Amino acid sequence: MSTTAAPASPWLGPRGRFVLGRTTVYVVLTALAIFAVGPIVLFFFNALKTDSQYAEGALGLPKTWEWGNFTTAWTQANMGAGLVNSLVVVAGTIVLTCAVAACAAYALARIKVRGGSAFMTYLLVASALPSQLFLIPLFYLWAKAGLYDTRFGLILIYCGLFSPFATLLLRSFMLGLPRELEEAARVDGAGELRVFLRIVLPNVLPGLLTVALTTGLSAYNEFLFAVTMIQSDTAMPLSTTFFTFQQGFTQNFTLISAAGFIMIAPMLVLFLLLQRRFISGLANSGMGGM
Amino acid sequence: MTESTLVAPSQRRAAPAPRRGRLWGKLRDRRISGWLFLLPLLLFNLVVVLVPSGFSIWYSFTDWTGISGKANFIGFGNYASLVRDPEFVQGLVHNILWTLFFLIVPMVMGLFGAYALSRITRFRLLLRTLYFIPYIVASVVNSSIWRSILDPQNGLGDLLGINPLGDPDLALWTVEFVNNWAWWGFLVVVFFAAMQGVDRSLYEAATVDGAGAVRQFFSVTLPSIGPTFAFLGLMTIIWSFLAFDYVFILTQGGPAGSTDLLSTVAYRDAFTNLQGGYASAVGVVMALISGVVVTGYLIIRKVRKWET
Repeated sequence: MSTTAAPASPWLGPRGRFVLGRTTVYVVLTALAIFAVGPIVLFFFNALKTDSQYAEGALGLPKTWEWGNFTTAWTQANMGAGLVNSLVVVAGTIVLTCAVAACAAYALARIKVRGGSAFMTYLLVASALPSQLFLIPLFYLWAKAGLYDTRFGLILIYCGLFSPFATLLLRSFMLGLPRELEEAARVDGAGELRVFLRIVLPNVLPGLLTVALTTGLSAYNEFLFAVTMIQSDTAMPLSTTFFTFQQGFTQNFTLISAAGFIMIAPMLVLFLLLQRRFISGLANSGMGGM
Repeated sequence: MTESTLVAPSQRRAAPAPRRGRLWGKLRDRRISGWLFLLPLLLFNLVVVLVPSGFSIWYSFTDWTGISGKANFIGFGNYASLVRDPEFVQGLVHNILWTLFFLIVPMVMGLFGAYALSRITRFRLLLRTLYFIPYIVASVVNSSIWRSILDPQNGLGDLLGINPLGDPDLALWTVEFVNNWAWWGFLVVVFFAAMQGVDRSLYEAATVDGAGAVRQFFSVTLPSIGPTFAFLGLMTIIWSFLAFDYVFILTQGGPAGSTDLLSTVAYRDAFTNLQGGYASAVGVVMALISGVVVTGYLIIRKVRKWET
């Protein structure tokens, strides 16, 4: 509806065809970037507001920067304990899952066991089962075995849940290794275990790092099993520490924002430092879950 | 088992080392040692997933509460009640709406974002990283972020004069919107990776033929990333029936069941209403739907001979 005739629409090129002009593309992509990151930035701003500033509006810059909200949230939400529990659970899950998945991936990629492809189909089907199907009996089983409300119990569950995906990912890394690598060792009489530990594993260390990162992220962010299987403050990981805090202080959004930001900060830093490894791990899968 | 005489050609080259005893010899047999390497994964999967799932199938035919050990067999009683349970039917309908939403909105955003990224040269890795960030933020925190932004007292809800999470007509769409916000960037990354693999010369040929951006997208890009597209489409259907976190954290299925999914109905039946058997039946129905979808995918993959 402009009065001056535009020389050419940014959308239409010569012969009236639709083209994506470079400027248009950048404008749209920037808008999408603001859509993705803007809410997180707003959240950070809210963590720095006073209660009265927040009451004036949840959108906008803080007038004064209340860094003290972070220390208040840290102590009130008991986040120190949550962080320790999360670290234990994440570290335990990573070690156990990597060990289990590396063995399985070796069998599938390097030994090519009979029934291997059927096994992979089984893994695909098993990871498509709804948690609600096995949650209740698992809850009962864990209670009987004394694993309910323990960090170790949660680690075992996470290993069971995350190792199929970790296996498929590591397998793709192991498939890339040339045969010649292990042949010399085999001729020298090295057994399966030695080839696995001495030859194959050292050569897929980058893949192992990727698997460790994606597994760690899943364990750190997991909610359903954490909230169901852990009850006491002493064993609670951060996701449920934060959830409990947020349920109890529904009116205090500045402190909730501060606590939430404390929870996501380690993952944000780790992701920005190692984003290529994160992205290659999660993107190659398509099995990351929603 | 007798001494192995049948050895696959690929294994024949590896010279068997001198055998020390029968057991040792068997362990060296790659068919056995291979499965020994698979054993730990199998054990974990059996204990955490498969055995409890088996129990659930059994419990779905009983009146088990979920806490006390007594479970009386009642045949298809739970399944018969499901059909007449308005909560279950409503949850199923919401799951279908959820699937349709996630098959359309994030797919379009992901494809568009990835295609636009593949058309530029500068800043594309930075932009890709920014799009991906919501995906790595925990669902509990993402939910909090949007609860405060959408707040009907002092957030977007106030500006627009609506209560996005409290209005039964809006709540489901709001939860889908929040979940999609955390999800679409992942699709951009996956589609972008797939588009990087498309042969450049196809685009050049299309340009020479005078095809515009839209024509190129539908005639070159989309067919080339077909397997990725189909894989994510089918996974979306499965994940839609497993969706739980965002609904449970943001609305707990309310207001008035307007955001209930099968997963939240099952969770409430199990842990609030103490109807373990009934909740198991809901879980079994969810698994059956997943099973049908996975089977469909495997068949398509076989027919089209896809590697992924």
